[in-house]
Amino acid sequence: MSENKSIGRFFTENAVVIVFVLVTVAAIPSSGLSIQYIVQEMITRLGRNTFLVLALLLPIYAGMGLNFGMTLGAMSGQVGLILAINWNVAGVEGLVFAALVGTPISVLMGYVTGFVLNKAKGREMVTGYMLAFFINGIYQLVVLYMMGFIFPIRSPAILLSRGYGIRNTLNLEGVRQSLDDALMLKAGGFAIPIATFLVIIALCLFVIWFKKTKLGQDMRAVGHDMTVADAAGVPVDRTRIIAIIISTVLACYGQIIFLQNMGNMATYNAHDQTSFFAVAAILVGGASVKKATIPNVFIGVILLHVLFVVTPRAGQNLFGSAMIGEYFRQFIGYGVIALSLVLYAWRSRQDAIRAREGLRGVTAAAKPALSEGGAK
Amino acid sequence: MNKIKQYVTDFGWPRIIIFIFLVLLFVAAPFVKVRIDASISDVLNRFGQNALFVLAMVPMIQAGCGLNFGLSVGIIAGLIGSTLSVQFGLTEAFGFFGAVVLSIPFAVVFGWFYGKLLNKVKGEEMTIAMYVGFAGVMFMCIMWLILPYNGPTMIWGYAGKGLRTTITIEGFYRHFLNDFLAIRIGNSFVFPTGMLLFVGFAAFLMWLFMRTKTGTALTAVGSNPDYARASGVSADRMRTISVVLSTVLGAIGIVVYQQSYGFIQLYTAPLDMPFTAVAAILIGGASVNKASMVNVLVGAFLFQGLLTMTPSVINSTLQTDISEVVRIIVSNGIIIYALTRKTKVTK
Repeated sequence: MSENKSIGRFFTENAVVIVFVLVTVAAIPSSGLSIQYIVQEMITRLGRNTFLVLALLLPIYAGMGLNFGMTLGAMSGQVGLILAINWNVAGVEGLVFAALVGTPISVLMGYVTGFVLNKAKGREMVTGYMLAFFINGIYQLVVLYMMGFIFPIRSPAILLSRGYGIRNTLNLEGVRQSLDDALMLKAGGFAIPIATFLVIIALCLFVIWFKKTKLGQDMRAVGHDMTVADAAGVPVDRTRIIAIIISTVLACYGQIIFLQNMGNMATYNAHDQTSFFAVAAILVGGASVKKATIPNVFIGVILLHVLFVVTPRAGQNLFGSAMIGEYFRQFIGYGVIALSLVLYAWRSRQDAIRAREGLRGVTAAAKPALSEGGAK
Repeated sequence: MNKIKQYVTDFGWPRIIIFIFLVLLFVAAPFVKVRIDASISDVLNRFGQNALFVLAMVPMIQAGCGLNFGLSVGIIAGLIGSTLSVQFGLTEAFGFFGAVVLSIPFAVVFGWFYGKLLNKVKGEEMTIAMYVGFAGVMFMCIMWLILPYNGPTMIWGYAGKGLRTTITIEGFYRHFLNDFLAIRIGNSFVFPTGMLLFVGFAAFLMWLFMRTKTGTALTAVGSNPDYARASGVSADRMRTISVVLSTVLGAIGIVVYQQSYGFIQLYTAPLDMPFTAVAAILIGGASVNKASMVNVLVGAFLFQGLLTMTPSVINSTLQTDISEVVRIIVSNGIIIYALTRKTKVTK
């Protein structure tokens, strides 16, 4: 009985991962892609996306849910890249320059996000999501209207023909794959961007170390119970803001790594789906709103992107329409986020009910004892 | 003096600013050669197009389910109804009411499941609603491609299957409500009487419903769940009713929208529609857990007024297309303002 129950619990707790693995495994043969090709794609995409997904970890530790406001960090990184292209700083130096420009902007953005989310406790996720929309408007105002008009832009090549505003697509030729190519290992027919992976490993080590610091412990305490943490003297609001600032800055760096791999930047759309892909990945990897680990990130990126690689081809082969595969992968992405949020919310309610029943059990057991006492 | 102060705080600074801004736009319009009569006509038209979506927010807000970011579930039901109506070749009144009648069963079924789902996730409704809506829209994208529709005006000509991204309803029920008793003054002013009557009627029905026994119980669940439970009201049932009602209104809303707009928009078109409706009701003065008919009408009018007037006035003044950015900042700014306000009920 208890074994049955624990199997059931295993399935509900890992439902998202299990459903996902099943769909992906089913789609691989019908895509007709070789394993060799898929593995190479995975190596590339791990390098491209993992940093961004890792940026989600700290706010989850701090109990703020999935940081949809990470898009703000991505936009800061893009501003950094625009300026790097403008000043014609190429190669890894260009990326470092972009990161240096992006850091103060993303710290400010992170502070704004943290401040707003502190005013919306209990609905951080939806507020973060709307905040990303709002700042997107500001970003467009600055990049599309003010750059070249109020902020001087040196390179006319990146301006729109009307004389101000940045072009819709920016060629990142100078910095294209400069981090990936810095230390490329070719082994067994696979190209492995060692430098990118070293950066990612460094971030993982940082996260592990950070969790052990006083601040990291404070974050866990705040995430566990804000009232208790407050009573214990932890500055709740400040800790939450710091968690978001770090996450936003990491998202800024993550977006720079992402874009140097892509090689082109859709100036006004590149950040649109940043949080969608990152959040979907970490959830597919088995994380929840309250609990996430570094393995969740890696498993998630691999699973999500295998599916993303195979579905358009599978759609083409099965239904004769690549659009079906395209819609299908978006459906799966949104569906996975919805499903895991639902499962999490549902499970925490079940736990609350179970806890209440536990209390009831005590009183029920206590009653016969009392009545026996009365009979004597 | 205190009374005025109280009134101002109740009405809220953001709304006052937006109202003044809108008035200024109307004042400025003649100076930049934007016709006032055409503008007013546009505002009225867009108000009618969108008012039902805004109205759809009311029941769920009142029942404590928050802002319906998953309104696209209802819009999808409406799209199924309207495509079926065109498929069956229904025209004029039959076309319009056919679309409404055909979409309601879908809306009720979808709304019921959607409501059951939201009951299981109390406290996280808004985020989940958003993603359920997104996933639903994407799922229907696949469906529009593979469902066996075959009306020649609806499907892609060269492939012979799969619905088009936009389907014209010219000759079906285009402007059915708009032209009903419409008043034309001059060349560019049309008062869409029929549509506004329809909207007014729907708002009146909602107002009546909120005063029935069910409506009162629904509000009670939203404003004081413990009290509602103590008086024997089933919170889950009331919440489900509110979600079904909201979904049905969303479905009817898209049909009204289409008849005025002239096209059925499929695929990813419904993705952003909930956000406009949410922004509109919040501009109208609603909060995350309280909304009235006044909020709906004022909000839909102010927001659509802003959407219509900023492009025409600002663009012809500055010779740019900056208005889209203004729209993004204003509408999302208002949503954030509402989400961050301390609310007594949720505390």
